[in-house]
Amino acid sequence: MTRSLSTLVASAVALLLLATLPLWLGNTYYINVASQILYWAVFALGLNVLVGWAGLTSLGHAALFAVSGYTAAILVTAGHSHLVGAVAAIAMTVATAAVFAVLALRATGIGFLMITLALGQILWGIAYRWASLTNGDNGINFKTRPQPFGLDLTSAPAFYYLALLVFLAAVASMLVFVRSPLGAALRGTRDQPRRMTALGYNVWLIRFLAFLLSGFWTAVAGLLFLYYNQFISPQIAALQTSAEALLMVISGGTATILGPIAGAAIVVIMKNVVSAYVERWNMVLGIIFVLIISFMPEGLVPGVRRLIGVAWRGMRPAKAVITVRGEASS
Amino acid sequence: MSALVVKGLTKAFGGLKVTRGVDLEVAPGERHLILGPNGAGKTTLFNQITGDFFPDAGTVLLNGRDITRVPARQRAHMGLARTYQIITLFGRDTILRNVTLAALGLSARRWNPFSRLDGQADLETRAMGALQRVGLDHVADRSLSETSYGERRRVEIAMALVQAPKVMLLDEPFAGLSVEERKGVQKLLMSLPRDLTMVMIEHDMDVALEFADRITLLNFGEVVVQGTRADVVADPRTREVYLGS
Repeated sequence: MTRSLSTLVASAVALLLLATLPLWLGNTYYINVASQILYWAVFALGLNVLVGWAGLTSLGHAALFAVSGYTAAILVTAGHSHLVGAVAAIAMTVATAAVFAVLALRATGIGFLMITLALGQILWGIAYRWASLTNGDNGINFKTRPQPFGLDLTSAPAFYYLALLVFLAAVASMLVFVRSPLGAALRGTRDQPRRMTALGYNVWLIRFLAFLLSGFWTAVAGLLFLYYNQFISPQIAALQTSAEALLMVISGGTATILGPIAGAAIVVIMKNVVSAYVERWNMVLGIIFVLIISFMPEGLVPGVRRLIGVAWRGMRPAKAVITVRGEASS
Repeated sequence: MSALVVKGLTKAFGGLKVTRGVDLEVAPGERHLILGPNGAGKTTLFNQITGDFFPDAGTVLLNGRDITRVPARQRAHMGLARTYQIITLFGRDTILRNVTLAALGLSARRWNPFSRLDGQADLETRAMGALQRVGLDHVADRSLSETSYGERRRVEIAMALVQAPKVMLLDEPFAGLSVEERKGVQKLLMSLPRDLTMVMIEHDMDVALEFADRITLLNFGEVVVQGTRADVVADPRTREVYLGS
């Protein structure tokens, strides 16, 4: 079976499993866990645009995630429609991402990380202290989920399918982007920014656009978070959320599509499922991350691929080799 | 009109003056060699010509146009290409992808986030043409990580050539190459058409002198001697710089 055919078959099977998940999973609790995995995966995929393909590690993305949720929550609570809330949330988050980018792209590496961290903390402070707007530490209750085209999203399976649709759109957009000229240029700016400049590329602008794309999908994930939880508080804008999303990307494998998804699945399952059985689930999560980084420093998905490749080569019989003397050896 | 003119180019890093009022004039189609010992300011001069650094004083003219304050990325669009002393390629990609990326750099399609780069047949055709010129078309699909140092030098040159530059700056293109590889790269450079102006930094006098129409000798950031190959070789100051008085 060729690699492209096996990828196609694996994708079809995965799609079938995802599309029928509420049917074979049955339990509402686990369907909700699956919904959480999907919107965290959208967040991680958005962050991966910067971390993986641009080589820019952000610790301020939780703030963008929160800007989206807060904007929609504030507008809808004030009496605007869900559509207005959603569009404004995405626009506001992308605009905030633009401000973040202008300030943070003055640096790369640790400098970039520290600026995004500082910006994130500023927005967390606003969410926490500007109580007349955000209701402070009490957060905002979001009374109803939207009903796009009259569809009721209150049930777990219905919300799951919305999350799945958005997730598939995010995956598709990443697949298209990463193979595009702009995606290739972005990877070039990660690997050889100076060379890219000499080749005629505007490295700053390419990174800026990547930040906006990342901000867009973070906004979409933030909306799903709000719709799912029907509540938002400053906690979601905190550093811990940014760090968790970053761990999802790094542990799953940066600059891959499957990596952030796998990372999101690990973190959400640990939080929701393992925590029911193991009181110190945080410790288990830590051990898992240490094991991944120790044995698969490139991340879970590329690491598993590598190990499978090694195992596959090990299982194949050695080819006969003709030596210079004409003797056959194995 | 000269292809490249540098007037009074001065650059200091703190108290260290790396280039001091360097003047340089390169005619269209000329092969110009920049010579000088380590620390003479050769690469810093290149970096100011390409826009990696802006000079503290002086001007740079490319085909008569003042580009002193033009950003580096725009200079590529104006017909200036360069190679690096320390090879800077995209190690995770194939040879063909490296050169295609160079061709894409001057195309408006570099902003396209939707279509597939693999489907840009004209860019790939141009890249294959450049690879054929440097003798790497038969290994175009090879990953860069599986190539020799000499092949990487050729990829660098192919990336510059695919942009069809008017002026090409070569920063020590023979550095790190074996004798055989040097001969190959030398032959390649000699075969390039005369409508391409080339300025080269090189330490290897044997191969470099054969290449050059005119030579500029730099020392401590200043032009010591400038002229034809015969003039510079015969000048006692050249010997002084290289061998000491």
